[in-house]
Amino acid sequence: MTKAKVDVPANALSNPKRKKVYIGRLVLPYAMVLPTVLLLAVFTFYPAIDMIINSFYDINVFKGNTFVGFDNYVRLFNHPDFWPAVRNTLIYTLGSVFFLIVLGLIFALWLQRSTFINGIVQRFMFLPHICALLSVAMIFQWLMDDEGLFNFVLSWFNLPGLKWFNSSDTAMISIMIVSIWKGIGYYALILLSAVKSIPTELLEAADLDDSGKLRTFFKISLPMLSPQIFFLLITITINSFKVFDSVRILTNGLCDTNVLVFLIYTLNKTSGQAGVAAAAGTVLLIILMIFTVIYFRVLGKRVHYQ
Amino acid sequence: MAMSKQQVRRLRKARKISGTIIGTIMKVVVCVFFGFPFLWMVATSFKTNAEAIQFPPTLLPVKATIEAYISVFSELNLGRYIGNSLLILVATTVGQFLVMVPAAYAFAKYKFKGNGFFFGLLMVAFMVPTVITYPSVSKMFMEAGMIKTLIPQIVPCLCNAFGIFLLRQNFMQVPEELLESARLDEASELQIITKIMLPMSKATLSNVMMLSVIGTWNSYFWPLVMTYHDEVRPITIAIESMKTLEGGLQWPIIMAGNCILVLPVLLLFLAASKKIIAAMAYRGVK
Repeated sequence: MTKAKVDVPANALSNPKRKKVYIGRLVLPYAMVLPTVLLLAVFTFYPAIDMIINSFYDINVFKGNTFVGFDNYVRLFNHPDFWPAVRNTLIYTLGSVFFLIVLGLIFALWLQRSTFINGIVQRFMFLPHICALLSVAMIFQWLMDDEGLFNFVLSWFNLPGLKWFNSSDTAMISIMIVSIWKGIGYYALILLSAVKSIPTELLEAADLDDSGKLRTFFKISLPMLSPQIFFLLITITINSFKVFDSVRILTNGLCDTNVLVFLIYTLNKTSGQAGVAAAAGTVLLIILMIFTVIYFRVLGKRVHYQ
Repeated sequence: MAMSKQQVRRLRKARKISGTIIGTIMKVVVCVFFGFPFLWMVATSFKTNAEAIQFPPTLLPVKATIEAYISVFSELNLGRYIGNSLLILVATTVGQFLVMVPAAYAFAKYKFKGNGFFFGLLMVAFMVPTVITYPSVSKMFMEAGMIKTLIPQIVPCLCNAFGIFLLRQNFMQVPEELLESARLDEASELQIITKIMLPMSKATLSNVMMLSVIGTWNSYFWPLVMTYHDEVRPITIAIESMKTLEGGLQWPIIMAGNCILVLPVLLLFLAASKKIIAAMAYRGVK
């Protein structure tokens, strides 16, 4: 694709009127991207750099900041909440990745034919995804209340009620149930469009060879879907590392559900911990950067070979 | 005893039919599984407080009442927070449009020093989560004395990186000859954007705007960390604070609030579910 070139016409600079037009054309693109670049600089890059710098300082509003080297990082790694938060984030991430991809695949294969009822099912599954997480979380908080509907249904089967969000044993799993319920429609949709793009000749050929359904899935469908699955893997991992809203609404970080972002949020609110919060933020940024680089590396390769 | 061919055929047909029936039943179960919590939300919002917490619970309100909705609007003043949300929504959407279109056009159609660099910046910024940026941003607005306005909830959200990315791809597909002939006819760049580029990118643009509207209406984290004063809070934060009302959790009131939060999105989804699903799928695949 050719782009508009800003060529200097032979007599441009000798003619004042044309000179004005020429300079206008030269400046115009910068003027057009200026608002975007300004917004990025002020609201993304400056705050991020500010945070990285702050992570090496002891932040004190009254006495001023003092340089402390890696002290904040040492304090962070020795913070009683840090390693539990890392562990909880990893549990949440692994659970989300596993269930979203496996369930997403099952739904995608099950609903792959474009029939009327499949369209309806897809819409129902998709509904939670576009609704506010706040509403979804609050509905489930009500359903999973000590005296809520879930425990009532359990009592039908003479099962004891669960404490759901109020017990360390079940709180993290309950949060994951809510997230998976909310997100599965979206991930099933992405996988569904990938399933539909598998050439039908391949599947027909396998069918002619009397290959079993499972065998066809593992030998043909799964390899064909693997790029899409890989990208979902990275996307879900990145999103899971950023989980905050559901934790804050459902448990407020109690009952072994403190996660990295929630820790950063609480550290920021605690006086005298701003430097440690900045260090935690930097750690998170590095983790996200690693995943993003992997993502683009593989994306680049894939585009290259196709 | 061997079955006759006819018997085998009949058996196969019966199996196929029963398979379809079981499949359909399971599909209905899935619909209920994803739809029921919303039904429960609506049902609870029309119950009295006493009926909501009674055990065993009732499925539908025995005596439907709009008490909860009345107190949501009269005592809790939800109307004001809805007003805030709408103001933020309109300002953000219009602002995003004005920032996005020229940037996407420049990135797609001009060769200038820094094109690749600035575009790269945009993609890097995409990765930086808001939990990292909010402390500095809120400090900035505090020092500028703007923390009691809606500006902190609008201006930092004006750069829709993903929208610029999608729109740029779309603009790149508009043939260069079309622009050149328009320029020969002495069309200004603004005219080229409004008369050629935008009409040819209607679908992408409406997708991007729709997703942005839904996202802004539902947003929770940013208003949580950007608002220190009640009068600037949007609907989501107001509804969350209903949990801390005096007299314990009043589920009908909380659910009435959430019904109001979900309703506009639900209507939008009913009106354009195909478009929204396609837009989301497109975003996921890119």
